Amino acid sequence: MSESPAMPEAVKHLPWPEQYQALASSAKAPVLKAFYEAGCVPADTPVSEAPMVALDFETTGLEAEAHSIVSIGLVPFTLDAIQLGKAKHWVVRPRLPLHQASVTFHGITHADINKAPDLSEILEEVFASLNGRVPVVHFRHIERRFLNVALQYRLGEGIRFPVVDTMAIEAHLHPGRQPSFFKRLVGEKPLSIRLADSRTRYGLPHYAAHNALIDAIATAELLQAQIQHHFSPQTPIGDFWL
Amino acid sequence: MQAELIDIRNHLIQHAPFDDMPEELVNQLTASIEISYVRAGAQILETGQPSTCMYYLRSGAVEIFRRSGELYNRIGEGEIFGQFGLLMQRQVRFPARALEDSLLYRVPADTFHYLFENDENFADFVEIEDRSRLRSALSRREKSNALMTSRVTRLISRKTVSAPTTVRLQEAARIMTDNGVSALLLMDGEGDSERLTGIITDRDLRTRAVTEALPSETPVSDIMTEGLITIRTSSYIFEAMLTMLHNNVHHLPVMDGYEVRGVIALADIVKYESQSSLYLVSNIYHQQHVKGLKKISLDVRDSFVRMVNEDANSHMIGSAMAGIGRSFTQRLLELGEEKLGPPPVPYCFMALGSMARDEQLVVTDQDNAMILDDSFVPEEHDGYFLALAKFVSDGLSECGYTYCTGDIMATNPKWRQPLKVWRSYFTDWIENPKAEALLNSNIFFDLDGIYGRTEFAEELKTLISEKASNSQLFLTLMARNALNRTPPLGFFRTFVLEEDGKHQKTFNLKRRGTAPLSDLIRIHALACGSRAQNSFERLKSIGKTKLILEDDLGNLRDALEFISIVRIRHQALSLEAGEEPDNNVRPEDLSPFERSHLKDAFQVVSNAQKFLRFRYTSQATRHV
Repeated sequence: MSESPAMPEAVKHLPWPEQYQALASSAKAPVLKAFYEAGCVPADTPVSEAPMVALDFETTGLEAEAHSIVSIGLVPFTLDAIQLGKAKHWVVRPRLPLHQASVTFHGITHADINKAPDLSEILEEVFASLNGRVPVVHFRHIERRFLNVALQYRLGEGIRFPVVDTMAIEAHLHPGRQPSFFKRLVGEKPLSIRLADSRTRYGLPHYAAHNALIDAIATAELLQAQIQHHFSPQTPIGDFWL
Repeated sequence: MQAELIDIRNHLIQHAPFDDMPEELVNQLTASIEISYVRAGAQILETGQPSTCMYYLRSGAVEIFRRSGELYNRIGEGEIFGQFGLLMQRQVRFPARALEDSLLYRVPADTFHYLFENDENFADFVEIEDRSRLRSALSRREKSNALMTSRVTRLISRKTVSAPTTVRLQEAARIMTDNGVSALLLMDGEGDSERLTGIITDRDLRTRAVTEALPSETPVSDIMTEGLITIRTSSYIFEAMLTMLHNNVHHLPVMDGYEVRGVIALADIVKYESQSSLYLVSNIYHQQHVKGLKKISLDVRDSFVRMVNEDANSHMIGSAMAGIGRSFTQRLLELGEEKLGPPPVPYCFMALGSMARDEQLVVTDQDNAMILDDSFVPEEHDGYFLALAKFVSDGLSECGYTYCTGDIMATNPKWRQPLKVWRSYFTDWIENPKAEALLNSNIFFDLDGIYGRTEFAEELKTLISEKASNSQLFLTLMARNALNRTPPLGFFRTFVLEEDGKHQKTFNLKRRGTAPLSDLIRIHALACGSRAQNSFERLKSIGKTKLILEDDLGNLRDALEFISIVRIRHQALSLEAGEEPDNNVRPEDLSPFERSHLKDAFQVVSNAQKFLRFRYTSQATRHV
């Protein structure tokens, strides 16, 4: 991850709540300052008491430096309740040309894109939902990296935050998911930890639509299920975040 | 609502009551939802908790319990629960537990009340649905008890309307109209010596007077029904229900000695217990086509399951199911006669086997026969009766009563014969018995006239009761046949299991339980000249003869009831699970209580078979 060149190395090794405090004083952009000032729950907070926000981006590709965010979906939630009334979805205009291939995948057309605002225009709205909550994603290498690069480009400084990654939890739960050479020979397939496949292991329903918001909701549901099945509501949030 | 929540909205609008909800309200509803995941076994609602929301089950399964801990309802995908607490006391009334891993959508109280105020359809759904569900839930046990514990006098609401048998048709119709009754009691004599002689109903006026174009001055005595089936004031409502089901009468005079206390109509019982199988029966008689009957027949299994859940005993369930089967048959005969015209000679349609015994369950084939008047001339008349028999048999098959594999049906010319031929059949079976032949004719010794000249069937019952008790060889051979099927008990009271079609180790509760029991009860009943057909009734008449000790009779009754009810419950559970019911039970599916009592019950059957062997076959060896 690349961050602001001014940031001292020591800050990066602070525990998250202290790191937020340090970053709150060093951040220049008001949205970032407010984000850090809203704080981060202590690592020993039981997951049942931690305010969280499931976050999902649709992007034009996988490389944060080469590709752009197309849409953002998020939903604030707790272990007990995913609040659809607070669910948000935005289409944003990418900085870099939209690839035709990803257009069909996302179902977002050039016309949508042309009408859409730039990310900078909606940052305050987005952060209103993120402040004070622990972001939850499925596959941590997208949202944090893309947001960091997008903010560096627009605000001149990046962002740091912990994420709970439901895919990493699934990977942890299934360490032997790659079958041995012999088992592959007899046709055994590796266990998939993709979002839809992981959900079926918990009896969660299949969603027909694919957009950033539904995927964010799907991720929040998956985390609820993972914790109910394999952990406990008392498990500290610090055991999950990365 | 965010447009991207459409997936969630679309799920809601596939299910009632959201399918008719205005779009704007559904959007508000969607935006108010809180999603929560629970694991199988998790307690979702506990009694006495404050009610804060209604639940919509997005996926999984949830069970709702009564406060007694008994299962009340099972909620599936797209169904709602928890609304009752919101509507009434704002306290959870029915605890809920996740049966499977479930995804719940919670609708907060505010939204619930907003929808309730602004969508009449929604309000009706949660209110009516819940009230009736609750009513049935709370009063279910009480009500089933009520049928068995309340006396018929409770149902007498109208004053009795009667007239002398001498009144004319027109006058009778006027009295009925003036008093708003569907039945008129007809009396002979006056004052203290006044006696109930007959009854005339709306239906009689239509079918007997109007269709026959009888002059209005015809005396009612010409068309009234005599030899009335009545019930005593001390009878329970369920007895009235069984009497109506068994005899296909829709009115029962309630008698206190010779005095008529009132009349109860089928509608009175239906009103009292709207879920009763009588309701189904009354519906059967309103159908004008086989198609309509077929549609109703789909409710038979629900009716069965309901009775089981209401803790009805096996006698009630068996009688109700037989009553329903009889009603289908009777209605089909009426429709057949409408189609083919009146019968050229009188006839009696006869039920055989479990229907005649009032011991029918849901899985059953049709066993029936026709007794024709002795004036029957095959060349002239048989075309008609064959067509009628075929109409009824095909209709029954449409309604789920499969064709008899042994071809014991009125469509078989052998079983469509005049009374004199039937007399010779029975005389031959009893006086010149052959084991092989008796094996196949066993079923004819459970018989009941259900339509037309039922007195023909009564004549056959008389013949049987007179001849059977005197033919030792007949009883011996019947007993030998009855001993072919033994209860599934091995050494040390272990179950002897067989492999069923699905390769599971099971035992058959019919073949090795209820059938050997009803077989041996039939033989004792025949030996003591009883005319009863139902096994419990037969046990009663055997009791009067001291053929079997009172204690042993009680054991037989208990064993029959217990094996029957386990079999019935097994079938009801299969039906509820959406499986095809059968008689094969795996011991591990039974509770320890059931297993132990079932072994006791089988032991009773086994002892009773030993007695049967001793009582009939050993004596026979001396006689033969």
